[in-house]
Amino acid sequence: MSGITARYWREMPQRYRGEAGKSLSTGKVFFPPRLVEPGNGNRRFKPVKLEYTGELLTFTIIRVAPSGFEKQSPYAIGIIELKGGGRITTQITDIPVENVKIGMKVRVEFRKINDDGHEGIHLYGYKVVPE
Amino acid sequence: MPKEPKVGIIGYGSYIPRYRIKLEEIAKVWGADAVAYKRGLMLYEKSVPAPDQDVITMSVEAARRAIVRAGINPIDIGAVYVGSESHPYAVKPTGTTVAEAIGATPAIHCADMEFACKAGSEGMFVSYGLVKAGLIKYGLGIGADTSQGAPGDALEYSASAGAAAFLFGAKNVLATVDYTTSFMTDTPDFWRRENAHYPSHGGRFTGDPAYFRTSLGCAKMLFEASGMKPQDFRFCVFHQPNGKFPCRVAEMCGFTKKQYETGLLTPWLGNTYSGASPMGLTAILDVAKPGDKIFMVSYGSGAGSDGFVYTVTDAIKGKAKLAPQTHPQLHENKFYLDYGTYAKFRGKIRTAG
Repeated sequence: MSGITARYWREMPQRYRGEAGKSLSTGKVFFPPRLVEPGNGNRRFKPVKLEYTGELLTFTIIRVAPSGFEKQSPYAIGIIELKGGGRITTQITDIPVENVKIGMKVRVEFRKINDDGHEGIHLYGYKVVPE
Repeated sequence: MPKEPKVGIIGYGSYIPRYRIKLEEIAKVWGADAVAYKRGLMLYEKSVPAPDQDVITMSVEAARRAIVRAGINPIDIGAVYVGSESHPYAVKPTGTTVAEAIGATPAIHCADMEFACKAGSEGMFVSYGLVKAGLIKYGLGIGADTSQGAPGDALEYSASAGAAAFLFGAKNVLATVDYTTSFMTDTPDFWRRENAHYPSHGGRFTGDPAYFRTSLGCAKMLFEASGMKPQDFRFCVFHQPNGKFPCRVAEMCGFTKKQYETGLLTPWLGNTYSGASPMGLTAILDVAKPGDKIFMVSYGSGAGSDGFVYTVTDAIKGKAKLAPQTHPQLHENKFYLDYGTYAKFRGKIRTAG
């Protein structure tokens, strides 16, 4: 066990529910939410929930996975532009890696990301699957 | 006196993983006769959860679909009950993660149900009861499992994965609950001891003295309570540990194939345990029309059945298309696994570290 519990718990609003911040100055959606908007110093944001559909902007394939993810390799990690604004970086799952294509439509699903060792907590969050 | 509001299902959702394994692929490894299994148990393939899926993730997805169909704010959900025999933790509730992920915390009552394959309908029963008592506005009952059968055991051909979620409420009800009954005895037909990795079962004892006696006992009570006959219903759904038992029990009750075939998912889905009859109900609600009557009897080893009579209302119109429907999930976008990959996915292979 790594003692990741407290950090994981703090990030639940984002990892579980996609809670983001929408700038009241420019209307841009920031995920995770920011305290200050880059470029204009704006500090006023409205809490919004990410829309759970989007398009794959780019991706890479992980063949030598970091510790804890070995059993899942090879797998794709990509950046997704969400329909209602905001971008997420996450795993593209439920698809053979050779079928992953830039521009494909995807949808966010709740998945298990990892386990904290054999006796630690299960860590959940978002991944995307083909629409 | 004001008329008591009719309580029932206001939203429903199902979730089926995309991976499948064919019965022949399992039989090949163990030298079993696939043709005999197919004929005897009416099983062709089963769903397999991906390595990143478990009861919590499938419950969250099914619940999100139920919320979309109900069109409610999840913060108003007053209780969540997840029924399963494969809760990811021995100690730590499944329901708290589900409630957090759907945005229903913190004013919510939560408990995990366990009663072999009957745990899902228990969650539905308790949610319905609390709404009817006026204690909560909405209740969420979920049946979900990622069950395991020991490699080579008969259960390995059926143990599969899926989830069904039902929101109960008193407004905009799409299927009213008209009658409920429960039938319970101590019948040790299937169990798993603490720390045992796979469940054990009583072989043929799981049939007549367990599944059939309990399901029929509950069905008889439900016919008596409602004063209705099999021909009064458009649909029926029973617990479905294989393809054969639910057909036989339905026919013993006097139902016809036309009444049970819509809710019969097991031949292509496998046995989703706590999700089994609830998922059958989602498939029925996908196609039901206002005025249809539905007869449902769950079954859980140990042993007991919960029975429900539902009447579909006008509010069902347009609901099915708001979220993925059950039969399309079952028959489209499937990936077939070989036994080796299936064994890796299900943690049946011991690895280093």
